[in-house]
Amino acid sequence: MAAIAETLDAVQAVTDGGYKWGFSTDIEMDMAPKGLNEDIIRLISSRKDEPAWLLDWRLKSYAAWLKTEEPDWAKIKHPPIDYQDLHYYAAPKKKPGPKSLDEVDPELLRTYERLGIPLRERAILAGVEGAEDERPPIAIDAVFDSVSVATTFRSTLAKSGVIFCPISEAVRDHPELVRKYLGSVVPAGDNYFAALNSAVFTDGSFVYIPKGVRCPMELSTYFRINARNTGQFERTLIIAEEGAYVSYLEGCTAPQRDENQLHAAVVELIVFDDAQIKYSTVQNWYPGDANGKGGIYNFVTKRGACRGARSKISWTQVETGSAITWKYPSCILQGDDSVGEFYSVAVTTNHQQADTGTKMIHIGRNTRSTIVSKGISAGKSNNTYRGLVRVLPKAHGARNHTQCDSLLIGDQCGAHTVPYIESRNPTAKLEHEATTSKIADDQLFYCRQRGLSQEDAVGLIVNGFCKDVLKELPMEFAVEAQKLLAISLEGSVG
Amino acid sequence: MLEIKNLTANIDNKTILNGIDLVVPDGEIHAIMGPNGSGKSTLSYVLSGREGYDVTGGTATFDGADLLDMEPEARAAAGLFLAFQYPVELPGVNNANFLRTALNAQRRARGEAELDAVAFLKLSRAEAKRLSMPDDMLKRNVNVGFSGGEKKRNEVLQMAVLRPRLAILDETDSGLDIDALKIVADGVNALRGPNFSALVITHYQRLLDYIVPDRVHVLASGRIIRSGGPELAHQLEAHGYAAIVAEAA
Ligand SMILES: Nc1ncnc2c1ncn2[C@@H]1O[C@H](COP(=O)(O)OP(=O)(O)OP(=O)(O)O)[C@@H](O)[C@H]1O
Ligand SMILES: [Mg+2]
Repeated sequence: MAAIAETLDAVQAVTDGGYKWGFSTDIEMDMAPKGLNEDIIRLISSRKDEPAWLLDWRLKSYAAWLKTEEPDWAKIKHPPIDYQDLHYYAAPKKKPGPKSLDEVDPELLRTYERLGIPLRERAILAGVEGAEDERPPIAIDAVFDSVSVATTFRSTLAKSGVIFCPISEAVRDHPELVRKYLGSVVPAGDNYFAALNSAVFTDGSFVYIPKGVRCPMELSTYFRINARNTGQFERTLIIAEEGAYVSYLEGCTAPQRDENQLHAAVVELIVFDDAQIKYSTVQNWYPGDANGKGGIYNFVTKRGACRGARSKISWTQVETGSAITWKYPSCILQGDDSVGEFYSVAVTTNHQQADTGTKMIHIGRNTRSTIVSKGISAGKSNNTYRGLVRVLPKAHGARNHTQCDSLLIGDQCGAHTVPYIESRNPTAKLEHEATTSKIADDQLFYCRQRGLSQEDAVGLIVNGFCKDVLKELPMEFAVEAQKLLAISLEGSVG
Repeated sequence: MLEIKNLTANIDNKTILNGIDLVVPDGEIHAIMGPNGSGKSTLSYVLSGREGYDVTGGTATFDGADLLDMEPEARAAAGLFLAFQYPVELPGVNNANFLRTALNAQRRARGEAELDAVAFLKLSRAEAKRLSMPDDMLKRNVNVGFSGGEKKRNEVLQMAVLRPRLAILDETDSGLDIDALKIVADGVNALRGPNFSALVITHYQRLLDYIVPDRVHVLASGRIIRSGGPELAHQLEAHGYAAIVAEAA
């Protein structure tokens, strides 16, 4: 993803200030009429040629959604969302879905190029590309509004038995797997936004790593909201069989628009004995302007089940975007000796609101979890860490270590830490540490005296503050994330 | 050349600098001594552009450029370096990375080519070695967990790598053991030359045995009340400030 870093600079150069990913793409769209009802759900399902069982599941989810209330416990405020004023399906015209990159609308390819997402499978044989690109390639699934437009390196992956494809395609080609696991970690009626997603999800990625396979490359999905007044409801499902390993990355951006846009995703991870999923997110949806106008409402349910012994799930997230972030990637530590990790950086500036954290549910014996959360608030923003550590009676020897640090920039922002700890096993060892600090004037001056600009100084100090999380990201992503942090905080000091 | 004329400055409406006149020609090293609270650090902060100080009168120029009108980073790029009396900790920020970012920011500002990672590593290691500092100092986070003496040595390492044209050392000798003192002095002496000048703030004549100053100035109540050659430092060491201060009053 070296290309991402380079093009990030390029994109920055062509746009002036503020959000650098805010351009929109002029492309012919196939849109469902606004509104949500059973007919719309049937329409989505038929557009995707889905089997009856899936339509049925969607309709049940919709019924569940109608019976649930929007949650109100998070420390966020927003005007009521009019769920009837949205398009629930928007896809670039050109049907059926492209089979190869050559069939993808060149305008789309250009969009991803501008974003720095290399959709062309460049020849990576030694000597062809030259020595400057010796990094391992990354397979990418690009989701544009409601559909996946391209997935790269599929044949390479198939050789090792790895399935990486849009979930709509998995429904068609691997129905037994999808049917078995979809909704098995986040049930349709789990919460308001999960129910909504289950009813109307349009696309997302599906990953299956067979027994004993270490996925030969990083997998990545890149989400882009482009159309106006559309919701994006993607669904991701990743299964790692016994002894399997995969590192998966997701990135997201959206054009700059005055109205708020809704994004309600669901991600489910399932890991069996000795398997591991490393899931990294760099979330950079449009955050709204300096006055809090526009921006994405990001309501996401992410949960992983460590079903096998010694299985491991590691969530790493860098959240810089969205007007509202409501998201708690969680681990259900069922298998004995299973491990859950959550590493998070959440940055809020201007009027952004983030209420994010994790849940670690210890069920099996000797299960361990680590939580490292770094919240950075600037401007008039609010940044809340909300985390639950629950130890069930049979989780002998369970352990958790939680570290929550907040960094404040300026004096109009808020940082809040809301830890919930419930232990029903006396052998559990749970530790919680929390700190709050400010970027000190003498730190800034020290940096500037050495020649750094104010902004570079803030970037450096913030990156230092986030180091424990950033080092968990795959290397190329870490470089990316560092730049993103610096850019997000531009102009927030002084 | 640094030229300060009748410089006055306030903190919170309290006058701290009370009309400073000082000229440091290129190639010279001047020492500033004076009682606690006389305004030595304040002078170094005003010259380097720290916020919170109101310059109420006078001028300060470096090679003719109006220092007081420049951002702190522009003063740094122009060649001004301040070794802090109390170096600041930057948690999570790697020392080498910090220094390279700083060096390249300065070079960019001056229109010079940036140093790549390899060239920088070579340079910084060579300087660390010359100053008898362990390599791992570069790998640690900026000043975090450093002993008092290590922090001072780190300032000198930064100075050696950044190669300023004008260095202000604010009590860099305080808290150093005898060996470290010599090393720090070597660091300054190595930079000595027609394109380097320094203001060395110190309470101890001992440092001036190693860094022999061209001039010594006594600062009291925000004003330079006496200037002389190196012998002035010996005189102060022997008799203290009282007599000179009384004379000036
Ligand atoms: N931020 C501040 N607010 C109020 N007074 C200050 C502030 N900074 C410095 N002063 C005062 O200004 C005066 C000069 O301080 P300065 O630090 O320049 O002294 P100094 O000569 O460097 O002393 P020392 O030898 O102890 O380092 C002192 O009286 C000090 O208390
Ligand atoms: Mg002082």
